[in-house]
Amino acid sequence: MSAVSRQVVVLQASWEFADEVIKRGSRIFPEEELKTLYACIQCGTCVGDCPSGRRTAWRIRHIIRKTQLGMREAVLSDETLWNCTTCYTCQERCPRGVATTDVIRIIRNIAFEEGYALERHLAVARNFAKIGHAIPITDEVKEKRKRLGLLPVPPTTLSYPKALSEVQKIIEIDGFLKKIQR
Amino acid sequence: MRYAYFLGCITPLRYPGIEAATKIVLKELGVEVIELNGASCCPAPGVFGSFDLWNWLILAARNLDLAEDLDAKIVVTCNGCYGSLQEAHHLLEDVVRREAVNEVLAKIGRRYEGRTEVKHVTEVLLEDVGAEELKKRVKKPLKGLKVAVHYGCHFLKPSKIRGHGSPEAPTYLDELVELTGAESIDYLDKLMCCGAGGGVRAGRLDVALDFTLEKVRNIKRAGGDVIVTPCAFCHFQFDTGQRELMSKGLLDKPVPVAFITQLIGLAMGFSPDEMGLNDNFIPPKYLEKIS
Repeated sequence: MSAVSRQVVVLQASWEFADEVIKRGSRIFPEEELKTLYACIQCGTCVGDCPSGRRTAWRIRHIIRKTQLGMREAVLSDETLWNCTTCYTCQERCPRGVATTDVIRIIRNIAFEEGYALERHLAVARNFAKIGHAIPITDEVKEKRKRLGLLPVPPTTLSYPKALSEVQKIIEIDGFLKKIQR
Repeated sequence: MRYAYFLGCITPLRYPGIEAATKIVLKELGVEVIELNGASCCPAPGVFGSFDLWNWLILAARNLDLAEDLDAKIVVTCNGCYGSLQEAHHLLEDVVRREAVNEVLAKIGRRYEGRTEVKHVTEVLLEDVGAEELKKRVKKPLKGLKVAVHYGCHFLKPSKIRGHGSPEAPTYLDELVELTGAESIDYLDKLMCCGAGGGVRAGRLDVALDFTLEKVRNIKRAGGDVIVTPCAFCHFQFDTGQRELMSKGLLDKPVPVAFITQLIGLAMGFSPDEMGLNDNFIPPKYLEKIS
């Protein structure tokens, strides 16, 4: 027997997942821009241009095709999904005008809330929920800031508790806090 | 010319030299810069945009509203902040979408009307101050300095909303750099990503560093003395990232990094210390070439 299995997988293709991605994303982006997802013809311009695909197994074209076919779990659980730097090269060059980078971010949103978030990403999100910034301040930076003639702590949510409470209230109301408290 | 400086995260919390240099340079050029008190993370387009775009849009709208309250435009020094705030501003021109966001903002007593504008600091320099004026202000031309410009992805793309011309062959920053008397060099894959975006730096550091290594090798091969970026996050990735590459034994000699306003300030006659150039991990060796 060959080392490569030639078993044929019978797949019931469905637009259900693509429709879900477009519907979900249309809360943020114009729906007609996201409907370009239907237009991909698998030409491969995206993969050929992808700087992440040069060095990792990330293949944007596969994700788009699997999304068109309705392979929801395969797409959401794909670990390479998190290798895209959102550089937009594929989106700019796509001859069919597919909003690839926007589609990837929407798919990631679904993966994120369905338990596929990376632990390190959750740490960044929790730091934001705590102080309003993606990264913490350090004593070394406070010293550098003083030396440069700046306030030791910047005038952001770090200095204004009321501003921080606004941010914290938003993420509680809109459901984001729940997604990162797993 | 009145701008509220949206600091973001990397600029004030990792590279405050960028903040200091930007304030000094803009003040010297007659641009009024005020603080945007109470701002949060933009939130980062590739990271928080990958987690929850709805949340991203609302929090970006809150930051935009802070500037609207001050009747000021926003100036940024990071392509991430630019990416988020400029895109959010664009998306919120849609009244239906803006009202949906405002329903959430109402719960914290805010409402965004879409009245601010988001400018990258390089736009303020080239479009408000202008190339002619900048050229006049150069007291110490950086003759002989070979600059490797790194645009950063979100400065140019998505091009239909950024509007800095072709994302394939841009000249916007090269022109700005050459006003200082330095030479902007060509190098292989000049427009390639630094590797940090999209949550890759946070989630997959080795992948991010592999991007950075490729770019640094290409820059060295082309004889670049210094990497100049308009993005605090790319700046972070090149400066901190090269230190990480060295500690892993993957890089021998690094290329120093300077933010665009630091380079311009230097040409205007400010000292390397005032411009925060010695606060980078990689020492600014290129200064020997121009002193």
